[in-house]
Amino acid sequence: MGESGMNGAGRGASVTLADLVKKYDRVNAVDGVSLDIRSGEFLTLLGPSGSGKTSTLMMIAGFEMPTAGDISIDGQSVVAMPPYRRNIGMVFQNYALFPHLTVEENIGFPLKQRGLPKAERARLVAEALDLVHLPGYGARYPRQLSGGQQQRVAVARAVVFKPRLLLMDEPLGALDKQLRENLQLEMRRLHADLGITFIYVTHDQEEALTMSDRIAVMNDGKVAQVGSPEDLYDRPTDRFVAGFIGESNFLPAIVRGMEDDVVIAECDGAIIRAMCPGRPASGDKVTLTTRPERLRFADSAWNATTPQNRLSVTVTEAVFAGERCRYMLQAGDGTSMVLKEPSSAAIRRRAIGERAEISWSVADTILV
Amino acid sequence: MSEITQPSPVAVSLGAVRPLLLNWRRHVPLLLVAPLLIYMLVLYALPVLAMLLRSLNDPTWTLSHYAALFEDVVFAKTFWITFNTSITVTLGCLILGYPVAMGLVRAKTMAPFILVIILLPFWTSVLVRSYAWMVLLGRHGLVNEGLIALGMIDRPIRILNTPLATQIAMIHILLPYMILPIANALRQIDPSLIRAASGLGATPFMTFRQVILPLSMSGVAAGTLLTFVLALGFYITPAMVGGPRDITLSMLIAQQVDQLNWGYAATLSAVLLATALAILAAARHLPGVGNAFKTSMR
Repeated sequence: MGESGMNGAGRGASVTLADLVKKYDRVNAVDGVSLDIRSGEFLTLLGPSGSGKTSTLMMIAGFEMPTAGDISIDGQSVVAMPPYRRNIGMVFQNYALFPHLTVEENIGFPLKQRGLPKAERARLVAEALDLVHLPGYGARYPRQLSGGQQQRVAVARAVVFKPRLLLMDEPLGALDKQLRENLQLEMRRLHADLGITFIYVTHDQEEALTMSDRIAVMNDGKVAQVGSPEDLYDRPTDRFVAGFIGESNFLPAIVRGMEDDVVIAECDGAIIRAMCPGRPASGDKVTLTTRPERLRFADSAWNATTPQNRLSVTVTEAVFAGERCRYMLQAGDGTSMVLKEPSSAAIRRRAIGERAEISWSVADTILV
Repeated sequence: MSEITQPSPVAVSLGAVRPLLLNWRRHVPLLLVAPLLIYMLVLYALPVLAMLLRSLNDPTWTLSHYAALFEDVVFAKTFWITFNTSITVTLGCLILGYPVAMGLVRAKTMAPFILVIILLPFWTSVLVRSYAWMVLLGRHGLVNEGLIALGMIDRPIRILNTPLATQIAMIHILLPYMILPIANALRQIDPSLIRAASGLGATPFMTFRQVILPLSMSGVAAGTLLTFVLALGFYITPAMVGGPRDITLSMLIAQQVDQLNWGYAATLSAVLLATALAILAAARHLPGVGNAFKTSMR
């Protein structure tokens, strides 16, 4: 797409969702979603099936009418605008290539609707085929292409008319793992090349973490948390987010006090400190969360320089998984936890039933 | 001695039987259709052949019946009327049927209801439906009474026993044969294609023209062929509601049979059969129609 993609139109659109609601037969598939998507960013809507992420995307595209709320693109409300007037690129999960048209005609389809002359169309189609690394495939029919190639054609078709916003609905869902990982990197590159806004829907947290500038985690029709991949992984504000993105341990605790933005809580008779943006009252019952790979056995040769939490546990299960060992632990109050330790011949393997002391950084403990 | 070196007779027979058994398995599908095949051969194909033969050997071996076709003005006129009626009826069915097929496919809760309405005529005999049209289109029928009541005409107009009446009644009877194949083709269009077209900037009309219509052509072709070939052989309806002079090929055949003119009746039947087969054969080579045959095979 090169220079023609750069001339101003390459800038991405900003999208604002305001209290968006979509009801199907009285069920709120989308239940009050508000989200500001910045110009040129790669935002992923991440959530389990039924969380409302696809419904949200379909409303932005214009295929579904919101029951309530507003969608604006670059500050202009588009709710009343039919999809064919919104000028948004869209990649479908099943690619949705027209089976009766060749690759060339498929990619040229949006240009034809816009009344571009034939020569101009041919030039842009060739450019788009280059962009997705499929030069020379123009005369084939979609059924003559592999899944990954069809995916690329779908992407080429969605960007050939230089939309300022590209929507993608689980575009890699039907592909095998290896291909998916390659295409994830290609999507990133494409995003960087085009400089337009991407809204990407997936249920695959790894995919979301790899590709996105920001992720909006959706659950039950609501946005649970919006933030950068690091934000979501290191500082989940919500128990659902902590559990959905990566693996998490949850410790029930009772608040005993505050020190700046660190909460002091009692858990299984031990004092645990945790990061906490809010101001919980003393005596509140709360849940603390921490990642399994950030726990350590306190007696292992590992020098912590940051403030640590400590807890006595019993090993209930030990699994060697190649690059790491995975232990199931149980605290005195019955709370079970997972600890992942990088495997090393120098580290002693723990036995089932063994008592141990574990420690982990206060910064890796979050009140949710 | 020799008895010992020779393979046992049992082994020989098994060795010979095994390939036969394998073949037997492979031919199970054929065996399953065999009863119907025999039934059709004996009770349908043979009589048809015998009838076709009569066009050549009644009363003696001769081509004179076929030669007579070329001089028979009535035949030429009848053939033209039959062809013309079939084309008009097929076009009428297509124009009226396509939107219904779209409605049927798009309707969600109403779909079973629409389907019943489409199929309802199937459960009534052609004879009854033709009588019904006689009542409706007659001099004092519902249509004339209605037009008079609306003030559009002063006195009853002649509809019954005109080519128009034949066309109206035949369209009514043949519509399901047009609607169902089209609806079937439309139903197989992935709904995300229509969304994709819309998202890519195609207005509903452009989407229809560039996506829905081309993808439903297999159904259109199948429905058109079916309707046309069926229309060619229509007898009861044109005989009952059509004009006295607008006779179709099948009416002419019946007339010849009445006059015990078996040889010529058989010749006309051969022409009708050949026309239908020629159309089917020619249509296979039309773009989109070949696919219709393929999809119906799937």
